[in-house]
Amino acid sequence: MNARLRLFIPLLIFAVVALVFLTLEKRIGSGEYDPSNLPSAMLGQSVPAFNLSRLMDAEQVVDAEDIVGQAALLNVWATWCIACRAEHAYLNELASQGVPIFGLNYKDERAAAVQWLQRLGNPYRLNIFDFKGSLGLDLGVYGAPETYVIDAQGIIRYRHVGILDAKVWREKIEPLGLQWAVAQAQGAAL
Amino acid sequence: MISVIPEIGHLALLLCLPIATALAVLPMAGAAASWHLLQRSGPLLSSGLWLFLAVAFACLTYSFLHDDFSVVLVAQHSNTALPSYYKFSAVWGNHEGSLLLWVFILASWTLAVAYLGKSLPPDMHARVLAVLGGIAVGFLLFIIFTSNPFERNLISPPLEGNDLNPLLQDIGLILHPPLLYIGYVGFAVAFAFAIAALIGGKLDAAWARWTRPWTTVAWLFLTVGIALGSWWAYYELGWGGWWFWDPVENASFMPWLAGTALIHSLAATEKRGVFRSWTVLLAILAFSLSLLGTFLVRSGILVSVHAFASDPTRGMFILLFLAVTVGGSLLLYALRAPTIKPLATFKLLSRESWLLINNSLLAVSLAVVLIGTLFPLVMSALDLGSYSVGPPYFNKLFLPLMVLLMLFMGVAPYLNWKHNRLTPVLVRPWYMVSIVALGIAMLAVALLSQRYVTQWRFGAFITVALSSWLLLMTLTHAGLKARRFASAKNSSAWQGLASLSRSYWGMVVAHSGIAVMALGIGLTSSYSVQKELAMSPGAVADVAGYRFVLEKLEDVKGPNYSATIASFGVGRLSDGTLVKGLPIRLQPEKRFYYAAKNVMTEAGIHGRLTRDLYVSLGDSLEDERWAVRIYVKPFIRCIWLGALMMAAGGLLVVIDKRYMPRLPVRTDAPSDTVASKEQAVV
Repeated sequence: MNARLRLFIPLLIFAVVALVFLTLEKRIGSGEYDPSNLPSAMLGQSVPAFNLSRLMDAEQVVDAEDIVGQAALLNVWATWCIACRAEHAYLNELASQGVPIFGLNYKDERAAAVQWLQRLGNPYRLNIFDFKGSLGLDLGVYGAPETYVIDAQGIIRYRHVGILDAKVWREKIEPLGLQWAVAQAQGAAL
Repeated sequence: MISVIPEIGHLALLLCLPIATALAVLPMAGAAASWHLLQRSGPLLSSGLWLFLAVAFACLTYSFLHDDFSVVLVAQHSNTALPSYYKFSAVWGNHEGSLLLWVFILASWTLAVAYLGKSLPPDMHARVLAVLGGIAVGFLLFIIFTSNPFERNLISPPLEGNDLNPLLQDIGLILHPPLLYIGYVGFAVAFAFAIAALIGGKLDAAWARWTRPWTTVAWLFLTVGIALGSWWAYYELGWGGWWFWDPVENASFMPWLAGTALIHSLAATEKRGVFRSWTVLLAILAFSLSLLGTFLVRSGILVSVHAFASDPTRGMFILLFLAVTVGGSLLLYALRAPTIKPLATFKLLSRESWLLINNSLLAVSLAVVLIGTLFPLVMSALDLGSYSVGPPYFNKLFLPLMVLLMLFMGVAPYLNWKHNRLTPVLVRPWYMVSIVALGIAMLAVALLSQRYVTQWRFGAFITVALSSWLLLMTLTHAGLKARRFASAKNSSAWQGLASLSRSYWGMVVAHSGIAVMALGIGLTSSYSVQKELAMSPGAVADVAGYRFVLEKLEDVKGPNYSATIASFGVGRLSDGTLVKGLPIRLQPEKRFYYAAKNVMTEAGIHGRLTRDLYVSLGDSLEDERWAVRIYVKPFIRCIWLGALMMAAGGLLVVIDKRYMPRLPVRTDAPSDTVASKEQAVV
């Protein structure tokens, strides 16, 4: 190759790299791509089968049927999770507006968890006590807090890792277009 | 009382833009048209730029130190309870403030070039300052229009701030960004010299000599900055790791690799006039990689503890800036880099060849890191799936390249320029050193395997052999060179050593630093011991010949956090019993920061060159029981010691009389095998 032409190679490589970045930025800007979005193998799948006790009542056993049937949130939380405390107020707000929220108390201590809810309020219709983390494992839970959005047919539509707040609701959950039962009828601003 | 200080700062910042624009345009125009007045306007404009930026930076600092929460940045990143020294570092512990720091450091480098570079030919001096001014314009536009630190909330200023991210409340992070930036930004000077040379059309040995000290200073700051970052990660993150091949770590490592290749390539260009195209390309590359790093961290395409919370519009701006600066300079390179081969030729066994091999190995390493870092991003961009490239990839490819590099490094000082013959006199030291190195390695591995009760570690053997070989080859050469000088001048061996130039000692110290660092890396990888267990007060753990006793737990309150401190007593065991009680104290902590509601871990470390004892607290289990991680890490301090040695080597090179830019321009030196204080400075 001509010596002069060879010198254009670095420029060419840079052009390709810049194009890649441009594409990435455009895709982030349009919302198609979110680097902080951790994909879930469970998206589009139904809630996995499980058989665990209720947090409030160790004698009672719950399974997937108990939490499926309407659009709902499955919130993974624990008393050892500091961020869950930050998210809790918003969950209380959602619950007061009629959003069904089920809790997955993940690798926690029963007594501490019950006390926590007594002190900070209980937004959950039902709390699953997952001491060993087996349901968490099946769902692909990394840690807490995490929230799974489940539709009326029991299919997992979205998984949010991190604190759930109004922004996430507006940008990620509302666009899913699920019927949120009471809340939508009231036209409440979530 | 609404403070007017931020407004003064803002005004100063705005005024920088016309000054920087003038700096970018006037001296360049002056050089092109040979108008002396314009050509010499550089230093004055540089002073103006620096002054106004200093005012802006001072005003922002003042706002932080005085808890002026009407400044949005202060409210977001500071807090009244934050200790003063952290309020100071909070200035750059965020996107906007760190950019202001960046451009202030650029102005400082520009000022230095303006006044210390007066011995350069006027047109080159003017062009270099103009390029630096141009870069400043780009950054100032970015800051003023998308990332203004002086944004204010005058309607309802909060009474309290959010607090500085607890991860940043540490001395390591007070020093790490400024040192890193001095390095990154310093490569802009080499870049400016490269552009100036391409525009002016004069790319020769003299150009290399002028560029070299600036590049070396930038390089040594970058070395220290990266080492500090690694050291910080080690003691702050609580897992005993010191390098993660994190995209942002790589973003700082790539300019370093390019910079290392650059300082060596400059040596060849200066001494022999060869590799001019390589050198210019490396100068452009080093700074381009710095800019790439800036982009990666602030554009929103990376999620990392290092990434600033940023957004795509800022990303687009930086991308545009990148396109203009990097694209423009690479275009200029393609059009105007020299294609005519220099007259100087060299044989295969020569220092030039070896430097070419060095360039190539570093370039390949750079490509490895670049591809590994960009691959996941490319795949995401093309929607081809979500990939992650981690340590296994990097280690597998990078380490063999480093092994090769070390082998060539050991031989390099022995080779003269142009041509060498493989005579017994040349080769005999190499045989002897190799034998000694192998002996040392066998002894070391035998001792360490016994001490840490493991099998024979072959990896450790290779590392110790290679490191001691490199160290001995380098030191032996120094000895031989001193002796040759001493016998030539009939003086003592000490005088011989003393007469070796500082830049030669710089090479010796820096190359030894690589050996020391490699030793640390290899030994700590092979012999580190780790134990994770639940402990409550009174619990005892025996790890790698040490006994760790958790004596007590206490709850304390810090200025802006509450913490649990675990007190450990540690002692050496011999045959299962304590030798001298528990003389070592370790106090790992778990902190809860009120404002940010963040939990941080502070490790308890007792460090010696031969080993670190490292304890950190994991999660709190019930009833005063905690998950505890105990590590014994042999020779890990050698890693940072090696890095500091490299930086020290760089410093020695810079203070060598031959490269101080203040001195009058000197003609090319003869081969530097006869280094002497008596060499005349023409």
